[in-house]
Parts: sequence; structure tokens; C-alpha cells
Amino acid sequence: MTKFLTPATKMGLSISIATGLYGISFGALSIAAGLNLWQTVALSALMFTGGSQFAFIGVISGGGAGSAAFSAASLLGVRNAVYGMQIKQSLRPQGRQVPWMAQLTIDESTAVSLGQAHMDEKRRGFITAGTGIYILWNLFTVLGALLGEQMGDPAVWGLDGAAVAAFIGLLWPRLKSVQPVMIALAAAVLTALAVPVSAPGMPILITAVCAAIFAVFTSGKVPNATEHGRLRSVEQEPGQEEQ
Amino acid sequence: MSELSWWVLAACLSAYAIKLCGYFVPRKVLDSPIMSHVASTLTVALLASLVTVNAFTSGQELVIDARVGALGAAIIALVFKAPYLVVVLVGALAAILLRATGLAA
Repeated sequence: MTKFLTPATKMGLSISIATGLYGISFGALSIAAGLNLWQTVALSALMFTGGSQFAFIGVISGGGAGSAAFSAASLLGVRNAVYGMQIKQSLRPQGRQVPWMAQLTIDESTAVSLGQAHMDEKRRGFITAGTGIYILWNLFTVLGALLGEQMGDPAVWGLDGAAVAAFIGLLWPRLKSVQPVMIALAAAVLTALAVPVSAPGMPILITAVCAAIFAVFTSGKVPNATEHGRLRSVEQEPGQEEQ
Repeated sequence: MSELSWWVLAACLSAYAIKLCGYFVPRKVLDSPIMSHVASTLTVALLASLVTVNAFTSGQELVIDARVGALGAAIIALVFKAPYLVVVLVGALAAILLRATGLAA
């Protein structure tokens, strides 16, 4: 216990509190979207990946079918597979640790772990952030869901406005350079165009498929640029490459 | 169990399976930048799409109502680096105020 409060565990605990608390908004919004208490609790305990959980209830609140909600949530969870690969590479877990470590593999636990310099600290950061968020996120989800059940009509309490704010709040930290901003704007326009001509829930999936195809085509350029040792050319516009 | 409950369980299983997948991917795939590029692009596009659907649509119609004000207020809060929970509350408050004052539906 002498080494309990290391820099990594402190970071893990603070991110646990910051992230865990907004489980309350997930709980309330899930009830407002039309899910019941047990469906809401199941999403936080079993799915346990905020973006996908919000996507699931976002599709349902927009009138989409369960199948569309399933697809949107699964697609948004794909990044967790990438995190799993990174955690496997840096922490080298034993086989019997993989089942529970996989469940704790989310944005925050991966970020805290990758931010540390030494193996012990990486491990402590991952476990502290992962378990801390798991406990708080689930407690506050239940609290939010119980509050949501008392609230009645969601629009009266501005919960539809809160949902919009919740999504832009998740998107915002990712808009740090020109390319993600362009992708976000293109996705918004494509979604708006698809809304009148497709069933509720479908515009999100159409956008996701287009984004994935776009990403596969544009990522083909990345290995070429690095293969010739000119890492900087990755950052440049195609027309500006050195000859 | 209702149909929605089955979809909830299916989505939970799928999310766990995806997480687990990462731990069984060989290093060769890990070294390719394609996977991380696709995942990050997909995440931004999906979140932008969810913002659009929740702010501007009602069923299959595009509408402008109090939720657009909530979006604007949330963006202002984000520009001023407000914590996530404050951003969500600002969105709710903006929608309540716009409806209470009759400025938006």
C-alpha cells in the first residue's frame, strides 16, 4: 500500500471521478429515450463504453429501430479493438487476465495507461482508471435513471437539449485539426441529406459506411509516405509533396 | 423480454466481443496504420451524425427548434472549456429557456 498514490493512480482516480459522474446524464437520457431501468443498467454494466451507449440511446430517441441502434453502437465501439491491441502490446497481459482487462478497455483507461513511462505505472494507470470509472459510471447511471423516471416528459426538463449537448461534448475534443473538422462537417451534411429519404436510424449507418470507405481509401497514402522515410509528407497536402 | 431488450443484450455482447478482439489481433495488423485511421475517422463521423440527428430531426423531417439553441449554447460552453457535465446542463438550460420565453418550439 506504500505505493498506492503514484502519479498514475492519482491520474486514474481523477479521471474516474470526472468521467464517472456523467453516468448520471447517461442514466437520465436513456430513460428519456424510452429505455427502461434494467435496459439502462445493462448498457452501463455490460456494454461499458460511453460513446456506444450514447449512440444506442441516441438512435432509439430519434425513433430508430433496435437493429439500427445495435449497429451504430457496435460501429462506435470499433475503436476499443484498437485500444485493446495497444494495451496488449504495452502491458503484455497473461491469458487469464484478458477477459476482465478487455471489459475495462475504454478511451480513458487506455489514455491514462499510454501516458505513463514505465511498465508498473502503465499497469496501475490502466487498472485504477478502468475499475474506478466502472464503479462510478454504474452507480451514477442508476442514480440518473431513477431521477429520469421521476421527471416525466423529457422536453419539459430540456433533456432533448441535454442530449444534443452530450453528443457535441463527446465530439469536441476530437476536432483538433482541419481533417477531423472536415470529416465532421461532411458527416453532418450527409446525415441531413439522408434523413428525409431513409428510415429513422438509417442516416447514421449510411454516414458510418461512407466514413469507413473514405478512411480505407485515404489511409492507403500513409504507408507510402513513411516508407520513403519522409514522415513530414504525411502532414502535407498531396500537391505539396517534395519531389 | 421485449424486442428492444434483446437488442440491448446483443449490442452489449457485440461491444465486449469487439474489445476482446483487440487482444487477439496479431502484431502484424497492429502495426498497420489503417485500423487506427479507420477507427478514428469512424468515431468522428458517427458522433457528428448523432449530433445532427438529435439537433435537427423529428422522425423523417428536418426541423429547427429549441434544440438548435441548445447546440449553440453547448458549443459556446465548449469554447470556454467548460467541464463535460456543465456543457450538458447548459444544453438543457438553453432548451428550457427558449421554450419558456416562446422564442422556439
